[in-house]
Amino acid sequence: MGDCQDSGQKRWDHLRKVLERPGPFCHPDFEPSSDILDFIMTACKVLVVGAGGLGCEVLKNLVLMGFKQIHIIDMDTVELSNLNRQFLFRRKDIGCSKAEVAADFINKRVSGCHVTPHFRMIQDYDDLFYREFHIVVCGLDSIVARRWVNGMLVSLLNYEDGVLDQTSVIPMVDGGTEGFKGNARVILPGMSACVECTLDLYPPQITYPLCTIANTPRLPEHCIEYVKVVQWPKENPFRTLLDGDEPQHVSWIYEKSLERAAQFNIPGVTYRLVQGVVKNIIPAVASTNAVIAGICATEVFKIATSCCVPLNNYLVFNDVDGIYTYTYEAEKKENCLVCSLIPQTITVKDPTKMKLKEIYTLLTDSAQYRMKRPGLTTNINGKSKTLYLTALRCLEEKTRPNLSKTLEELGLSDGSEILVVDDTSPNTMIIRLKYLSGDVEMN
Amino acid sequence: MASPAPKSPEQSEKSKKYDRQLRLWGDHGQMLLENAKVCLINATALGTEILKSLVLPGIGAFTIVDGEKVSEEDIGSNFFLDSDSVGMSRAQVTTNSLLELNLDVRGDCIDETPEHVLSHTQNFFNNFDLVIGTALPEKVLILLSKHLWEANVPLIVCRSIGFLGYIRLQVKEHTVIEAHPDSENPDLRLTNPWPELKEHLDKVDISKLDSKERSHVPALNILYYFIKKFQEENDGAQPVSRNDKNRIREMIKNSVEYDENGIQILEENFEEAIHFVNTCLSSQTIPKQLKTLLEDDACTNLTQNSSPFWIMCAALREMIQSDETIPVKGSIPDMASDSESYIALQQIYHRKALAQAENVYRRACQIVRNLGLPQDTVSEQEVKLFCKHSSELHIMRGSCIADEYEKNSPDLSSYLEDPDSLMFYYVILRGLERFIGEFNTYPGQFDDQVEPDVLKLKIIIGKLLSEWGCTQVLRDERVHEVCRYGGAELHSISAILGGAAAHEAIKLITHQYKPLNNTFIYDAITSNSATYTL
Ligand SMILES: [Zn+2]
Repeated sequence: MGDCQDSGQKRWDHLRKVLERPGPFCHPDFEPSSDILDFIMTACKVLVVGAGGLGCEVLKNLVLMGFKQIHIIDMDTVELSNLNRQFLFRRKDIGCSKAEVAADFINKRVSGCHVTPHFRMIQDYDDLFYREFHIVVCGLDSIVARRWVNGMLVSLLNYEDGVLDQTSVIPMVDGGTEGFKGNARVILPGMSACVECTLDLYPPQITYPLCTIANTPRLPEHCIEYVKVVQWPKENPFRTLLDGDEPQHVSWIYEKSLERAAQFNIPGVTYRLVQGVVKNIIPAVASTNAVIAGICATEVFKIATSCCVPLNNYLVFNDVDGIYTYTYEAEKKENCLVCSLIPQTITVKDPTKMKLKEIYTLLTDSAQYRMKRPGLTTNINGKSKTLYLTALRCLEEKTRPNLSKTLEELGLSDGSEILVVDDTSPNTMIIRLKYLSGDVEMN
Repeated sequence: MASPAPKSPEQSEKSKKYDRQLRLWGDHGQMLLENAKVCLINATALGTEILKSLVLPGIGAFTIVDGEKVSEEDIGSNFFLDSDSVGMSRAQVTTNSLLELNLDVRGDCIDETPEHVLSHTQNFFNNFDLVIGTALPEKVLILLSKHLWEANVPLIVCRSIGFLGYIRLQVKEHTVIEAHPDSENPDLRLTNPWPELKEHLDKVDISKLDSKERSHVPALNILYYFIKKFQEENDGAQPVSRNDKNRIREMIKNSVEYDENGIQILEENFEEAIHFVNTCLSSQTIPKQLKTLLEDDACTNLTQNSSPFWIMCAALREMIQSDETIPVKGSIPDMASDSESYIALQQIYHRKALAQAENVYRRACQIVRNLGLPQDTVSEQEVKLFCKHSSELHIMRGSCIADEYEKNSPDLSSYLEDPDSLMFYYVILRGLERFIGEFNTYPGQFDDQVEPDVLKLKIIIGKLLSEWGCTQVLRDERVHEVCRYGGAELHSISAILGGAAAHEAIKLITHQYKPLNNTFIYDAITSNSATYTL
């Protein structure tokens, strides 16, 4: 049966009512017509990033909202602890690609839809792949991955004489959950607040200072963290890296943590807690995922059809106490690292004293950048010069001495551009050095 | 080989599968969930989405009551039906697909309408821990609501139409021990410590510590020391007002010496002590909410039918009357400190909590005996949990839905003053139900009837408003919008409501987290929601 015929089926009468009838709350551009359903069924390509708790739900919601040209990407495989919420997976699927199992299930259950799975990392694809889509929906638990997708979509924007070409905008709908809390947002890259504009909304991961866990542990978490970061590397019990999915590894950590806790009389080390700390587990439940994924899919539907004005632009959900939602407009940051056209500058007081290490730390630690392990290069007299690279161990070791050199020693000058690459972005970011003394002279 | 023989507890399949949710409601919450039986009336897309989020986390058993046959429209919105199922029993097909989600869940179905079941099998619904209804006709809703109110079985009613959603909880009385508040103040009792704590804290004189000791002394000791100083200054008065608190903060700050550059460097523990001033110097009286609870008739007039919750309340009441203090939580927040000092403090709080819980347990056992109830009515474990959370105990007494329709016409005027109020959608949904009752179709169900239906629905709503004595006028556009839907059920809207309603069901079953009280309206057009207590 052809797709064109399909949109005329009685099965889709629910959708046709809101797409083929006018309404008082529609987007001003909305013109009711049967073409809209045809468009979402045959032409509108949607990418779902993540096939976990949110991804499975989003996928199901989209196909029942009429979308058929859907791609889903996830490099994870199904685990037992997914089954309490990732409803497209069964016990027999454990170990298989989440994206493939999910796509297969949906294609079988909902006749006529074509979900294409990608058992890949998001970084395995370049702009040519991402450019294909009309809308991208993210259901991820990783902030780094979110930032990467956001960076990719911003890099696809075209500007002509500084004016944004709106046809190059690929809307991004993003959802996140933790326990009974969640959020959903709509990002129009280049037009509304992007992930980087609002980086402070994502709390940094809890870390325990090394001196506490080594010298003055008080909580069970301190004991576990100590075993994980100090004892494991030292004793290397299995001659391999710690794998939180390997029960033997977790058991080892559990037992050693118990010993350490006993030494300090600290109560409360349990196997569950050990697992939680080792794997950095975020509690998750089917109901919250269902709510947030439902909101995300509704927004995709609104964007694709104009049958309502989309969310502007951030929604917070919490059902710990009753059911609570709150929506507001997150603001675009004027000098956003990713989506503004304003070049980033770092002001330098004294280039004879400031070391490269300080710039590196600024990029990793400041709330503005929060990069993972940036690599830095520059151009001096038209020639590329490596400042510090982290990608390969040998390069890291070779370039490490540069960190303790001053900017002057490295041959950098006022206006020099540092090219930064990092896991949080698919693009090279340019940061310009601005020497304060130079300013004074110009004045 | 360094690898030791594993002596870790063997994890059960279930605890692995449910790991992510056990971190939220614990093994005891999970046990209640696994013992619960729910009934779903009408396996609409919304209905099955609710059950999905109950089957996945492992509800004990479900029963679907639905007399409908699967239609083509159903296939377009309900994930638990496929195109081969048109014409089959909707109850049967959805039951089978839902059971595939979790082999630990049992499920069955009744291929009959709820009206039929209500009139032919008296008390059928009394066997459930919870009944959930979707797309209920007004008449059935009223009957069911009355019946379950009498039978004391909680009811959740939901509706999903177009971009609108409605959830209503009906529960006579619901008690919560673990509310899991987002933030809670530490319970430290520094202004009137019990003897053991006082003796321990009195041992440390902050002014006599050397610099190394200073840097390791817990914030609790620091704060206690300066509270005492404050009391010395003020004839033994307790710090209560904002000024008092500021004074203590100032004293802590001033105790820090200047370094060679003339800068005061506040060490982490002193900063924490300043920080604790705000949250830890709450007045020591019994929280109002707890007081109300302890004076409740259900607490003061126990009967053989009293629930363990009320028996524990009565025991707690006795304990408070004799000791003039509520049980301590028994835990302290983390704070910069050497391990030994911290653990010593922690143990003092923990011991006190245990002793108090034991006291309450003894009293509870006596009450149980006096009532002639079995000795295991209340367990020691339960009492410990109860005492630990005594400052956050919660009770909700609901109202019967049928009353909104028959007895007390709801007083909505105050809400309707705001023309943007989502309460208007409640009014419209009530009008919609009456419309369906009168004309046996949804307003706007047929393309050529949209305009006439708008008029009819407006008249019905006008009547309703005047019955309720409301003078406000509904904006026409909202009536138009609802008629535009023509009864359409959009899957993603049902998914949102399904998740939210399922979570309310989990709250009711596990007695953890505070449930909705009692009406929730979701407007997906603007992504706004509101809660009303009707
Ligand atoms: Zn931005």
